Amino acid sequence: MSKTGFKVKCARLARLAGKGILAAGLSLPALLVVLPILLLLSGSLMDAWEMGGYISTVFTEGSEFISWRLMPRYPSFANYGKLLFGTPQFFVLFWNSMKLVACILAGQLLAAVPAAWGFGVYEGRGSRILFAFYVVLMLLPFQVTMLSSYLVLNRLSLLDTHYAIILPAIFSTFPVFLCYGGFCSIPRQMLEAARIDGAGEIAIFLRLGLPLGKSGLLSAMVLGFLEYWNLMEQPMAFLDDRWLWPLSLYLPEITWGQAGYAFCASVITLIPAAFVFIMGQDYLEQGIIYSGLKG
Amino acid sequence: MRKKKRKYFCLFVAPGFGGIMVFVLVPFLDVVKRSFSTAATGQFQGVKNYLAIFGNQAFLLAVGNTLRFTLVCIPVLVLAGLVAALSLNIFHQREWAKSLYLFPLAMPTATVVLVWKLVFYPRGFFNLSLTRLGLMTGLWGEVAEDYLETSGAFWVLVGSYVWKNLGYTVVLWLAGLRGIPAGLLEAARTDGAGAWQRLWYIVLPNLKGSLYTIVVLSFLNSFKIYREAYLTAGAYPHKSIYLLQHLFNNWFVNLELDKMAAAAVCTGGVLMIASLALQRMWAGGDSREGS
Repeated sequence: MSKTGFKVKCARLARLAGKGILAAGLSLPALLVVLPILLLLSGSLMDAWEMGGYISTVFTEGSEFISWRLMPRYPSFANYGKLLFGTPQFFVLFWNSMKLVACILAGQLLAAVPAAWGFGVYEGRGSRILFAFYVVLMLLPFQVTMLSSYLVLNRLSLLDTHYAIILPAIFSTFPVFLCYGGFCSIPRQMLEAARIDGAGEIAIFLRLGLPLGKSGLLSAMVLGFLEYWNLMEQPMAFLDDRWLWPLSLYLPEITWGQAGYAFCASVITLIPAAFVFIMGQDYLEQGIIYSGLKG
Repeated sequence: MRKKKRKYFCLFVAPGFGGIMVFVLVPFLDVVKRSFSTAATGQFQGVKNYLAIFGNQAFLLAVGNTLRFTLVCIPVLVLAGLVAALSLNIFHQREWAKSLYLFPLAMPTATVVLVWKLVFYPRGFFNLSLTRLGLMTGLWGEVAEDYLETSGAFWVLVGSYVWKNLGYTVVLWLAGLRGIPAGLLEAARTDGAGAWQRLWYIVLPNLKGSLYTIVVLSFLNSFKIYREAYLTAGAYPHKSIYLLQHLFNNWFVNLELDKMAAAAVCTGGVLMIASLALQRMWAGGDSREGS
Protein backbone atom coordinates (compact mmCIF):
# COMPACT_ATOMS: atom_id res chain seq x y z
CA MET A 1 0.00 0.00 0.00
CA SER A 2 2.70 2.43 1.02
CA LYS A 3 4.70 1.36 -1.99
CA THR A 4 2.00 2.47 -4.45
CA GLY A 5 1.59 5.67 -2.47
CA PHE A 6 5.27 6.34 -2.96
CA LYS A 7 4.95 5.61 -6.66
CA VAL A 8 2.08 8.07 -7.05
CA LYS A 9 4.07 10.69 -5.20
CA CYS A 10 7.05 10.10 -7.49
CA ALA A 11 4.89 10.41 -10.61
CA ARG A 12 3.39 13.64 -9.28
CA LEU A 13 6.85 15.03 -8.55
CA ALA A 14 8.08 14.08 -12.02
CA ARG A 15 5.10 15.79 -13.62
CA LEU A 16 5.71 18.90 -11.56
CA ALA A 17 9.37 18.93 -12.52
CA GLY A 18 8.40 18.53 -16.19
CA LYS A 19 6.04 21.48 -15.92
CA GLY A 20 8.79 23.54 -14.31
CA ILE A 21 11.21 22.78 -17.14
CA LEU A 22 8.54 23.65 -19.70
CA ALA A 23 7.79 26.94 -17.97
CA ALA A 24 11.50 27.79 -17.98
CA GLY A 25 11.73 26.92 -21.68
CA LEU A 26 8.71 29.06 -22.49
CA SER A 27 9.93 32.06 -20.54
CA LEU A 28 13.16 32.20 -22.52
CA PRO A 29 11.50 33.70 -25.62
CA ALA A 30 9.50 35.95 -23.31
CA LEU A 31 12.76 37.19 -21.84
CA LEU A 32 14.02 37.88 -25.36
CA VAL A 33 11.04 40.20 -25.81
CA VAL A 34 11.30 41.98 -22.48
CA LEU A 35 15.04 42.62 -22.52
CA PRO A 36 15.12 44.77 -25.71
CA ILE A 37 12.29 46.89 -24.32
CA LEU A 38 14.15 47.42 -21.04
CA LEU A 39 17.29 48.23 -23.00
CA LEU A 40 15.47 50.89 -25.00
CA LEU A 41 13.75 52.44 -22.01
CA SER A 42 16.90 52.64 -19.91
CA GLY A 43 18.96 53.90 -22.84
CA SER A 44 16.52 56.70 -23.58
CA LEU A 45 17.02 58.05 -20.05
CA MET A 46 20.82 58.19 -20.19
CA ASP A 47 22.73 61.32 -20.99
CA ALA A 48 25.19 61.28 -23.88
CA TRP A 49 28.22 61.02 -21.62
CA GLU A 50 27.06 57.98 -19.66
CA MET A 51 25.80 56.23 -22.80
CA GLY A 52 29.10 56.92 -24.57
CA GLY A 53 30.99 55.26 -21.77
CA TYR A 54 28.97 52.08 -22.14
CA ILE A 55 28.64 51.61 -25.88
CA SER A 56 31.43 53.56 -27.60
CA THR A 57 33.40 50.30 -27.68
CA VAL A 58 30.78 48.84 -30.05
CA PHE A 59 31.26 51.24 -32.93
CA THR A 60 34.90 52.15 -32.40
CA GLU A 61 35.89 48.46 -32.28
CA GLY A 62 37.48 48.91 -28.88
CA SER A 63 39.00 46.12 -26.84
CA GLU A 64 36.44 46.29 -24.02
CA PHE A 65 33.05 44.66 -24.12
CA ILE A 66 29.84 46.63 -24.07
CA SER A 67 28.46 47.30 -20.59
CA TRP A 68 25.09 48.50 -19.40
CA ARG A 69 23.07 49.65 -16.41
CA LEU A 70 19.34 49.04 -16.41
CA MET A 71 19.00 51.96 -14.01
CA PRO A 72 21.02 54.88 -15.42
CA ARG A 73 23.47 56.38 -12.96
CA TYR A 74 22.35 59.90 -13.85
CA PRO A 75 18.85 59.57 -15.33
CA SER A 76 17.79 62.54 -17.40
CA PHE A 77 15.00 63.50 -19.73
CA ALA A 78 17.36 65.61 -21.83
CA ASN A 79 16.91 63.34 -24.88
CA TYR A 80 13.14 63.59 -24.72
CA GLY A 81 13.36 67.34 -24.32
CA LYS A 82 15.63 67.70 -27.32
CA LEU A 83 13.53 65.38 -29.47
CA LEU A 84 10.15 66.85 -28.58
CA PHE A 85 11.06 70.53 -28.40
CA GLY A 86 14.26 70.98 -30.38
CA THR A 87 13.73 68.91 -33.54
CA PRO A 88 11.07 70.17 -35.94
CA GLN A 89 11.95 67.36 -38.37
CA PHE A 90 10.84 64.73 -35.90
CA PHE A 91 7.42 66.31 -35.61
CA VAL A 92 6.93 66.63 -39.34
CA LEU A 93 7.86 62.98 -39.85
CA PHE A 94 5.67 61.84 -36.99
CA TRP A 95 2.65 63.53 -38.54
CA ASN A 96 3.61 62.22 -41.98
CA SER A 97 3.42 58.71 -40.54
CA MET A 98 0.09 59.41 -38.88
CA LYS A 99 -1.34 60.90 -42.06
CA LEU A 100 -0.18 58.00 -44.23
CA VAL A 101 -1.56 55.38 -41.87
CA ALA A 102 -4.89 57.17 -41.41
CA CYS A 103 -5.42 57.70 -45.15
CA ILE A 104 -4.46 54.14 -46.05
CA LEU A 105 -6.74 52.60 -43.44
CA ALA A 106 -9.65 54.86 -44.40
CA GLY A 107 -9.18 53.96 -48.06
CA GLN A 108 -9.00 50.27 -47.26
CA LEU A 109 -12.32 50.53 -45.41
CA LEU A 110 -13.91 51.87 -48.60
CA ALA A 111 -12.27 49.45 -51.04
CA ALA A 112 -11.58 46.21 -49.18
CA VAL A 113 -14.61 45.89 -46.92
CA PRO A 114 -17.25 45.89 -49.69
CA ALA A 115 -15.07 43.52 -51.72
CA ALA A 116 -14.82 41.14 -48.78
CA TRP A 117 -18.61 41.27 -48.40
CA GLY A 118 -19.01 40.49 -52.08
CA PHE A 119 -16.73 37.48 -51.83
CA GLY A 120 -18.31 36.27 -48.60
CA VAL A 121 -22.00 36.58 -49.47
CA TYR A 122 -22.38 36.27 -53.24
CA GLU A 123 -20.37 33.14 -53.77
CA GLY A 124 -20.20 31.61 -57.20
CA ARG A 125 -17.69 30.02 -59.57
CA GLY A 126 -16.45 33.35 -60.84
CA SER A 127 -16.01 34.74 -57.37
CA ARG A 128 -13.97 31.71 -56.29
CA ILE A 129 -11.59 32.08 -59.22
CA LEU A 130 -11.18 35.79 -58.56
CA PHE A 131 -10.57 35.04 -54.90
CA ALA A 132 -7.76 32.61 -55.75
CA PHE A 133 -6.30 35.40 -57.82
CA TYR A 134 -6.50 37.77 -54.83
CA VAL A 135 -4.48 35.24 -52.80
CA VAL A 136 -1.77 35.33 -55.47
CA LEU A 137 -1.73 39.14 -55.35
CA MET A 138 -1.47 39.05 -51.58
CA LEU A 139 1.63 36.87 -51.77
CA LEU A 140 3.51 39.04 -54.26
CA PRO A 141 6.17 40.97 -52.36
CA PHE A 142 6.62 44.68 -52.89
CA GLN A 143 9.80 44.16 -54.92
CA VAL A 144 7.98 42.25 -57.65
CA THR A 145 5.39 44.98 -58.12
CA MET A 146 7.85 47.83 -57.52
CA LEU A 147 8.52 48.47 -61.20
CA SER A 148 4.86 48.36 -62.19
CA SER A 149 3.93 50.69 -59.34
CA TYR A 150 6.71 53.03 -60.38
CA LEU A 151 5.52 53.07 -63.99
CA VAL A 152 1.94 53.88 -63.12
CA LEU A 153 2.84 56.46 -60.46
CA ASN A 154 5.17 58.12 -62.92
CA ARG A 155 2.46 58.17 -65.58
CA LEU A 156 0.01 59.79 -63.14
CA SER A 157 2.81 62.12 -61.92
CA LEU A 158 2.26 61.07 -58.33
CA LEU A 159 5.92 60.28 -57.53
CA ASP A 160 7.33 62.19 -54.59
CA THR A 161 3.87 62.84 -53.15
CA HIS A 162 2.13 60.99 -50.34
CA TYR A 163 -0.37 59.62 -52.87
CA ALA A 164 2.42 57.43 -54.22
CA ILE A 165 2.35 55.54 -50.92
CA ILE A 166 -1.35 55.79 -50.10
CA LEU A 167 -3.05 54.82 -53.35
CA PRO A 168 -1.31 51.48 -54.07
CA ALA A 169 -1.63 50.49 -50.39
CA ILE A 170 -5.38 51.09 -50.38
CA PHE A 171 -5.82 48.32 -52.94
CA SER A 172 -3.79 45.75 -51.04
CA THR A 173 -5.69 42.44 -50.89
CA PHE A 174 -4.64 41.43 -47.37
CA PRO A 175 -7.45 43.34 -45.57
CA VAL A 176 -9.95 41.74 -47.97
CA PHE A 177 -9.00 38.40 -46.46
CA LEU A 178 -9.30 39.48 -42.86
CA CYS A 179 -12.72 41.07 -43.42
CA TYR A 180 -13.80 38.08 -45.49
CA GLY A 181 -13.07 35.82 -42.53
CA GLY A 182 -15.21 38.04 -40.31
CA PHE A 183 -18.12 38.09 -42.77
CA CYS A 184 -17.98 34.32 -43.26
CA SER A 185 -18.66 33.81 -39.58
CA ILE A 186 -22.11 35.48 -39.92
CA PRO A 187 -24.85 32.80 -40.08
CA ARG A 188 -26.43 32.64 -43.53
CA GLN A 189 -29.97 32.18 -42.14
CA MET A 190 -29.81 35.64 -40.66
CA LEU A 191 -29.23 37.23 -44.07
CA GLU A 192 -31.99 35.09 -45.59
CA ALA A 193 -34.39 36.20 -42.87
CA ALA A 194 -33.57 39.85 -43.59
CA ARG A 195 -34.17 39.27 -47.32
CA ILE A 196 -37.56 37.68 -46.64
CA ASP A 197 -38.46 40.68 -44.52
CA GLY A 198 -37.82 42.78 -47.61
CA ALA A 199 -34.47 44.38 -46.81
CA GLY A 200 -32.42 45.47 -49.82
CA GLU A 201 -28.93 44.05 -50.40
CA ILE A 202 -27.21 47.35 -49.61
CA ALA A 203 -29.24 47.74 -46.43
CA ILE A 204 -28.27 44.20 -45.39
CA PHE A 205 -24.60 45.07 -45.87
CA LEU A 206 -24.84 48.30 -43.90
CA ARG A 207 -27.22 47.23 -41.13
CA LEU A 208 -26.29 43.57 -40.67
CA GLY A 209 -22.92 42.94 -42.28
CA LEU A 210 -20.96 45.82 -40.85
CA PRO A 211 -22.06 45.43 -37.21
CA LEU A 212 -21.77 41.64 -37.22
CA GLY A 213 -18.48 41.54 -39.13
CA LYS A 214 -17.04 44.27 -36.94
CA SER A 215 -14.33 42.14 -35.38
CA GLY A 216 -12.90 41.17 -38.78
CA LEU A 217 -12.90 44.83 -39.73
CA LEU A 218 -11.18 45.95 -36.56
CA SER A 219 -8.57 43.24 -36.86
CA ALA A 220 -7.77 44.47 -40.36
CA MET A 221 -7.35 47.96 -38.94
CA VAL A 222 -5.06 46.81 -36.11
CA LEU A 223 -2.86 44.66 -38.34
CA GLY A 224 -2.90 47.46 -40.93
CA PHE A 225 -1.77 50.04 -38.41
CA LEU A 226 1.16 47.92 -37.30
CA GLU A 227 2.12 47.23 -40.91
CA TYR A 228 1.89 50.78 -42.23
CA TRP A 229 3.40 52.41 -39.16
CA ASN A 230 6.46 50.40 -40.09
CA LEU A 231 6.39 51.23 -43.81
CA MET A 232 9.88 51.27 -45.34
CA GLU A 233 10.27 49.90 -48.86
CA GLN A 234 7.62 52.06 -50.51
CA PRO A 235 8.74 55.49 -49.19
CA MET A 236 12.36 54.54 -49.82
CA ALA A 237 11.59 53.89 -53.48
CA PHE A 238 9.00 56.58 -54.23
CA LEU A 239 9.79 59.56 -51.97
CA ASP A 240 12.94 61.61 -52.57
CA ASP A 241 11.92 64.58 -50.48
CA ARG A 242 13.00 63.90 -46.90
CA TRP A 243 10.29 66.12 -45.48
CA LEU A 244 7.72 63.67 -46.83
CA TRP A 245 9.28 60.62 -45.17
CA PRO A 246 7.51 58.63 -42.48
CA LEU A 247 9.03 58.22 -39.05
CA SER A 248 10.19 54.68 -39.80
CA LEU A 249 12.87 56.08 -42.13
CA TYR A 250 14.04 58.73 -39.68
CA LEU A 251 15.49 56.43 -37.04
CA PRO A 252 18.11 54.73 -39.22
CA GLU A 253 19.49 58.19 -40.05
CA ILE A 254 20.64 58.85 -36.50
CA THR A 255 24.35 58.21 -36.01
CA TRP A 256 26.05 56.33 -33.19
CA GLY A 257 27.28 59.57 -31.69
CA GLN A 258 23.69 60.38 -30.79
CA ALA A 259 22.77 56.91 -29.56
CA GLY A 260 20.78 58.15 -26.57
CA TYR A 261 18.75 60.27 -28.91
CA ALA A 262 18.13 57.24 -31.15
CA PHE A 263 16.92 55.22 -28.16
CA CYS A 264 14.55 57.99 -27.26
CA ALA A 265 13.22 58.29 -30.82
CA SER A 266 12.75 54.51 -30.81
CA VAL A 267 10.70 54.66 -27.64
CA ILE A 268 8.48 57.40 -29.07
CA THR A 269 8.06 55.50 -32.37
CA LEU A 270 7.14 52.44 -30.36
CA ILE A 271 4.47 54.17 -28.26
CA PRO A 272 1.68 54.48 -30.90
CA ALA A 273 2.31 50.92 -32.11
CA ALA A 274 2.31 49.58 -28.55
CA PHE A 275 -0.83 51.55 -27.75
CA VAL A 276 -2.68 50.12 -30.75
CA PHE A 277 -1.33 46.68 -29.92
CA ILE A 278 -2.57 46.78 -26.34
CA MET A 279 -5.97 48.26 -27.22
CA GLY A 280 -6.51 45.93 -30.13
CA GLN A 281 -4.87 42.75 -29.01
CA ASP A 282 -8.10 40.77 -28.93
CA TYR A 283 -8.92 41.88 -32.47
CA LEU A 284 -5.38 41.22 -33.55
CA GLU A 285 -5.66 37.63 -32.36
CA GLN A 286 -9.09 37.31 -33.94
CA GLY A 287 -7.73 38.67 -37.19
CA ILE A 288 -4.85 36.25 -37.23
CA ILE A 289 -7.33 33.44 -36.71
CA TYR A 290 -9.70 34.83 -39.39
CA SER A 291 -6.91 34.91 -41.91
CA GLY A 292 -6.88 31.17 -41.36
CA LEU A 293 -10.59 30.52 -41.83
CA LYS A 294 -11.30 28.14 -44.66
CA GLY A 295 -12.46 29.86 -47.85
CA MET B 1 -31.77 35.16 -58.51
CA ARG B 2 -28.48 34.02 -59.99
CA LYS B 3 -28.28 37.11 -62.17
CA LYS B 4 -29.11 39.35 -59.24
CA LYS B 5 -26.40 37.67 -57.20
CA ARG B 6 -23.85 38.36 -59.89
CA LYS B 7 -24.95 41.98 -60.16
CA TYR B 8 -24.44 42.59 -56.46
CA PHE B 9 -21.14 40.72 -56.44
CA CYS B 10 -19.85 43.04 -59.15
CA LEU B 11 -21.22 46.09 -57.36
CA PHE B 12 -19.40 45.26 -54.13
CA VAL B 13 -16.13 44.07 -55.63
CA ALA B 14 -15.84 46.69 -58.39
CA PRO B 15 -14.32 49.62 -56.45
CA GLY B 16 -11.46 47.52 -55.06
CA PHE B 17 -10.95 45.62 -58.28
CA GLY B 18 -10.87 48.83 -60.30
CA GLY B 19 -8.02 50.06 -58.13
CA ILE B 20 -6.16 46.80 -58.54
CA MET B 21 -6.56 47.07 -62.32
CA VAL B 22 -5.14 50.59 -62.37
CA PHE B 23 -2.33 50.12 -59.87
CA VAL B 24 -1.29 46.49 -60.36
CA LEU B 25 -2.64 44.61 -63.37
CA VAL B 26 -2.38 47.09 -66.23
CA PRO B 27 1.09 48.33 -65.23
CA PHE B 28 2.21 44.74 -64.78
CA LEU B 29 1.28 44.08 -68.41
CA ASP B 30 3.50 47.02 -69.28
CA VAL B 31 6.28 45.34 -67.27
CA VAL B 32 5.79 42.12 -69.23
CA LYS B 33 6.13 44.11 -72.45
CA ARG B 34 9.25 45.84 -71.17
CA SER B 35 10.81 42.52 -70.21
CA PHE B 36 10.99 41.76 -73.93
CA SER B 37 12.34 45.17 -74.96
CA THR B 38 15.53 47.19 -74.59
CA ALA B 39 15.63 49.61 -71.67
CA ALA B 40 16.59 52.72 -73.61
CA THR B 41 14.69 52.57 -76.89
CA GLY B 42 11.90 50.13 -76.08
CA GLN B 43 12.59 48.01 -79.16
CA PHE B 44 11.51 44.39 -79.13
CA GLN B 45 14.49 42.10 -78.56
CA GLY B 46 13.02 38.72 -77.64
CA VAL B 47 14.20 36.85 -74.58
CA LYS B 48 17.53 38.66 -74.35
CA ASN B 49 16.71 40.21 -70.96
CA TYR B 50 15.81 36.79 -69.59
CA LEU B 51 19.08 35.32 -70.85
CA ALA B 52 20.88 38.28 -69.28
CA ILE B 53 19.44 37.76 -65.82
CA PHE B 54 20.04 34.01 -65.83
CA GLY B 55 23.65 34.68 -66.77
CA ASN B 56 23.94 37.29 -64.01
CA GLN B 57 25.96 36.16 -60.97
CA ALA B 58 24.16 38.56 -58.65
CA PHE B 59 20.75 37.28 -59.72
CA LEU B 60 21.71 33.64 -59.20
CA LEU B 61 23.25 34.44 -55.82
CA ALA B 62 20.15 36.36 -54.76
CA VAL B 63 17.76 33.63 -55.91
CA GLY B 64 19.83 31.02 -54.07
CA ASN B 65 19.96 33.05 -50.87
CA THR B 66 16.26 33.86 -50.95
CA LEU B 67 15.38 30.20 -51.51
CA ARG B 68 17.75 29.13 -48.75
CA PHE B 69 16.33 31.68 -46.36
CA THR B 70 12.75 30.66 -47.10
CA LEU B 71 13.49 26.94 -46.84
CA VAL B 72 15.31 27.36 -43.52
CA CYS B 73 13.20 29.91 -41.74
CA ILE B 74 9.70 28.63 -42.49
CA PRO B 75 10.21 25.09 -41.13
CA VAL B 76 12.07 26.50 -38.11
CA LEU B 77 9.27 28.98 -37.40
CA VAL B 78 6.48 26.44 -37.93
CA LEU B 79 8.11 23.88 -35.63
CA ALA B 80 9.10 26.41 -32.96
CA GLY B 81 5.55 27.74 -32.95
CA LEU B 82 4.09 24.23 -32.66
CA VAL B 83 6.36 23.29 -29.76
CA ALA B 84 5.57 26.56 -27.96
CA ALA B 85 1.82 26.17 -28.57
CA LEU B 86 1.74 22.54 -27.40
CA SER B 87 3.65 23.48 -24.25
CA LEU B 88 1.52 26.58 -23.61
CA ASN B 89 -1.59 24.45 -24.00
CA ILE B 90 -0.62 22.58 -20.81
CA PHE B 91 -0.76 25.76 -18.74
CA HIS B 92 -3.99 27.50 -17.84
CA GLN B 93 -2.94 31.14 -17.77
CA ARG B 94 -1.55 31.65 -21.23
CA GLU B 95 -2.97 35.08 -22.07
CA TRP B 96 0.02 37.04 -20.83
CA ALA B 97 2.37 34.67 -22.61
CA LYS B 98 0.48 35.16 -25.86
CA SER B 99 0.72 38.94 -25.46
CA LEU B 100 4.44 38.76 -24.88
CA TYR B 101 5.01 36.49 -27.87
CA LEU B 102 2.93 38.78 -30.09
CA PHE B 103 4.61 42.00 -29.02
CA PRO B 104 7.59 41.88 -31.44
CA LEU B 105 5.04 42.19 -34.26
CA ALA B 106 4.34 45.71 -32.99
CA MET B 107 7.99 46.73 -32.66
CA PRO B 108 9.09 49.03 -35.51
CA THR B 109 11.94 47.52 -37.52
CA ALA B 110 14.24 50.48 -37.01
CA THR B 111 13.95 49.98 -33.27
CA VAL B 112 14.67 46.29 -33.53
CA VAL B 113 17.71 46.93 -35.68
CA LEU B 114 19.18 49.35 -33.16
CA VAL B 115 18.98 46.63 -30.51
CA TRP B 116 20.37 43.96 -32.84
CA LYS B 117 23.41 46.11 -33.56
CA LEU B 118 24.18 46.45 -29.86
CA VAL B 119 23.72 42.71 -29.45
CA PHE B 120 25.58 41.33 -32.45
CA TYR B 121 28.49 43.70 -33.06
CA PRO B 122 31.85 42.09 -32.15
CA ARG B 123 31.88 43.85 -28.78
CA GLY B 124 28.13 43.54 -28.24
CA PHE B 125 25.96 41.78 -25.69
CA PHE B 126 25.96 38.40 -27.39
CA ASN B 127 29.73 38.02 -27.34
CA LEU B 128 29.79 39.46 -23.84
CA SER B 129 27.47 36.72 -22.60
CA LEU B 130 29.36 34.03 -24.50
CA THR B 131 32.67 35.18 -23.02
CA ARG B 132 31.23 35.31 -19.50
CA LEU B 133 29.82 31.81 -19.97
CA GLY B 134 33.19 30.61 -21.24
CA LEU B 135 35.03 32.08 -18.26
CA MET B 136 32.49 30.66 -15.83
CA THR B 137 32.68 27.11 -17.18
CA GLY B 138 36.35 27.42 -18.14
CA LEU B 139 35.70 25.83 -21.52
CA TRP B 140 36.64 28.69 -23.82
CA GLY B 141 38.13 32.15 -23.63
CA GLU B 142 37.13 35.46 -25.11
CA VAL B 143 34.79 35.43 -28.09
CA ALA B 144 35.08 38.33 -30.54
CA GLU B 145 33.21 37.01 -33.56
CA ASP B 146 31.59 39.48 -35.94
CA TYR B 147 28.10 38.24 -36.79
CA LEU B 148 26.87 40.90 -39.18
CA GLU B 149 29.69 40.95 -41.73
CA THR B 150 30.28 37.21 -41.97
CA SER B 151 28.11 34.26 -42.95
CA GLY B 152 26.74 34.45 -39.41
CA ALA B 153 24.55 37.28 -40.73
CA PHE B 154 22.29 34.68 -42.31
CA TRP B 155 21.56 33.12 -38.92
CA VAL B 156 21.05 36.51 -37.31
CA LEU B 157 18.37 37.12 -39.94
CA VAL B 158 16.76 33.72 -39.33
CA GLY B 159 16.74 34.38 -35.59
CA SER B 160 15.31 37.85 -36.10
CA TYR B 161 12.58 36.45 -38.33
CA VAL B 162 11.59 33.77 -35.84
CA TRP B 163 11.68 36.28 -32.99
CA LYS B 164 9.34 38.61 -34.84
CA ASN B 165 6.88 36.06 -36.19
CA LEU B 166 6.67 33.46 -33.44
CA GLY B 167 3.69 35.23 -31.85
CA TYR B 168 1.11 34.83 -34.57
CA THR B 169 2.30 31.31 -35.31
CA VAL B 170 1.62 30.37 -31.68
CA VAL B 171 -1.79 32.07 -31.79
CA LEU B 172 -2.75 30.15 -34.92
CA TRP B 173 -1.56 26.80 -33.57
CA LEU B 174 -3.42 27.44 -30.32
CA ALA B 175 -6.59 28.24 -32.28
CA GLY B 176 -6.14 24.97 -34.16
CA LEU B 177 -5.62 23.05 -30.91
CA ARG B 178 -8.77 24.59 -29.45
CA GLY B 179 -10.71 23.30 -32.46
CA ILE B 180 -9.94 19.65 -31.71
CA PRO B 181 -12.98 18.02 -30.08
CA ALA B 182 -12.19 17.21 -26.46
CA GLY B 183 -14.31 14.07 -26.67
CA LEU B 184 -11.97 12.61 -29.27
CA LEU B 185 -8.95 12.98 -26.99
CA GLU B 186 -10.92 11.64 -24.02
CA ALA B 187 -11.98 8.58 -26.00
CA ALA B 188 -8.40 7.90 -27.01
CA ARG B 189 -7.27 8.25 -23.41
CA THR B 190 -9.82 5.72 -22.16
CA ASP B 191 -8.72 3.37 -24.94
CA GLY B 192 -5.26 3.55 -23.41
CA ALA B 193 -3.44 5.83 -25.85
CA GLY B 194 -0.43 7.57 -24.26
CA ALA B 195 0.29 11.28 -24.52
CA TRP B 196 2.66 10.84 -27.49
CA GLN B 197 0.27 8.52 -29.30
CA ARG B 198 -2.56 11.05 -28.87
CA LEU B 199 -0.27 13.78 -30.20
CA TRP B 200 0.79 11.78 -33.23
CA TYR B 201 -2.50 10.15 -34.24
CA ILE B 202 -5.10 12.74 -33.20
CA VAL B 203 -3.67 16.19 -32.55
CA LEU B 204 -1.28 16.56 -35.49
CA PRO B 205 -3.63 15.26 -38.23
CA ASN B 206 -6.30 17.67 -36.97
CA LEU B 207 -3.97 20.65 -37.34
CA LYS B 208 -3.59 20.39 -41.12
CA GLY B 209 -5.82 23.41 -41.83
CA SER B 210 -3.81 25.57 -39.47
CA LEU B 211 -0.58 24.42 -41.10
CA TYR B 212 -1.66 25.83 -44.47
CA THR B 213 -2.46 29.23 -43.01
CA ILE B 214 0.73 29.36 -41.01
CA VAL B 215 2.85 28.48 -44.03
CA VAL B 216 1.11 31.12 -46.18
CA LEU B 217 1.46 33.86 -43.57
CA SER B 218 5.05 32.92 -42.77
CA PHE B 219 5.88 33.03 -46.44
CA LEU B 220 4.20 36.41 -46.85
CA ASN B 221 6.23 37.78 -43.96
CA SER B 222 9.51 36.15 -44.99
CA PHE B 223 9.96 38.83 -47.67
CA LYS B 224 9.77 41.56 -45.06
CA ILE B 225 13.05 40.42 -43.51
CA TYR B 226 14.61 42.71 -46.13
CA ARG B 227 13.91 45.63 -43.81
CA GLU B 228 16.10 44.17 -41.08
CA ALA B 229 18.76 43.10 -43.57
CA TYR B 230 18.87 46.49 -45.25
CA LEU B 231 18.99 48.48 -42.04
CA THR B 232 21.71 46.38 -40.41
CA ALA B 233 23.95 45.95 -43.43
CA GLY B 234 22.92 48.42 -46.14
CA ALA B 235 22.36 47.90 -49.86
CA TYR B 236 25.38 45.63 -50.33
CA PRO B 237 25.54 43.29 -47.31
CA HIS B 238 27.67 40.18 -46.81
CA LYS B 239 27.02 37.82 -49.70
CA SER B 240 25.28 35.23 -47.53
CA ILE B 241 22.34 37.60 -47.06
CA TYR B 242 22.23 39.29 -50.45
CA LEU B 243 18.54 38.65 -51.17
CA LEU B 244 16.35 39.13 -54.23
CA GLN B 245 14.93 42.18 -52.49
CA HIS B 246 18.40 43.79 -52.38
CA LEU B 247 18.92 43.04 -56.05
CA PHE B 248 15.57 44.52 -57.12
CA ASN B 249 16.28 47.59 -55.06
CA ASN B 250 19.76 48.06 -56.51
CA TRP B 251 18.50 47.58 -60.05
CA PHE B 252 15.83 50.16 -59.34
CA VAL B 253 18.37 52.65 -58.00
CA ASN B 254 20.67 52.07 -60.99
CA LEU B 255 17.73 52.28 -63.41
CA GLU B 256 18.38 48.84 -64.91
CA LEU B 257 14.70 48.55 -65.64
CA ASP B 258 14.94 45.93 -68.39
CA LYS B 259 16.55 43.36 -66.09
CA MET B 260 14.15 44.33 -63.36
CA ALA B 261 11.18 43.71 -65.64
CA ALA B 262 12.42 40.26 -66.62
CA ALA B 263 13.17 39.32 -63.01
CA ALA B 264 9.77 40.62 -61.85
CA VAL B 265 8.01 38.50 -64.45
CA CYS B 266 9.99 35.39 -63.47
CA THR B 267 9.57 35.87 -59.71
CA GLY B 268 5.90 36.79 -60.07
CA GLY B 269 5.28 33.76 -62.28
CA VAL B 270 6.96 31.35 -59.87
CA LEU B 271 5.07 32.78 -56.90
CA MET B 272 1.79 32.60 -58.78
CA ILE B 273 2.26 28.95 -59.70
CA ALA B 274 3.41 28.08 -56.18
CA SER B 275 0.48 29.80 -54.49
CA LEU B 276 -2.10 28.33 -56.89
CA ALA B 277 -0.63 24.87 -56.32
CA LEU B 278 -0.74 25.39 -52.57
CA GLN B 279 -4.39 26.54 -52.72
CA ARG B 280 -5.23 23.51 -54.84
CA MET B 281 -3.54 21.17 -52.37
CA TRP B 282 -5.37 22.78 -49.48
CA ALA B 283 -8.76 22.53 -51.17
CA GLY B 284 -8.02 18.87 -51.98
CA GLY B 285 -7.15 18.16 -48.34
CA ASP B 286 -10.46 19.68 -47.26
CA SER B 287 -12.68 17.52 -49.40
CA ARG B 288 -10.90 14.40 -48.19
CA GLU B 289 -11.67 15.35 -44.63
CA GLY B 290 -15.28 15.59 -45.79
CA SER B 291 -15.96 19.03 -44.38
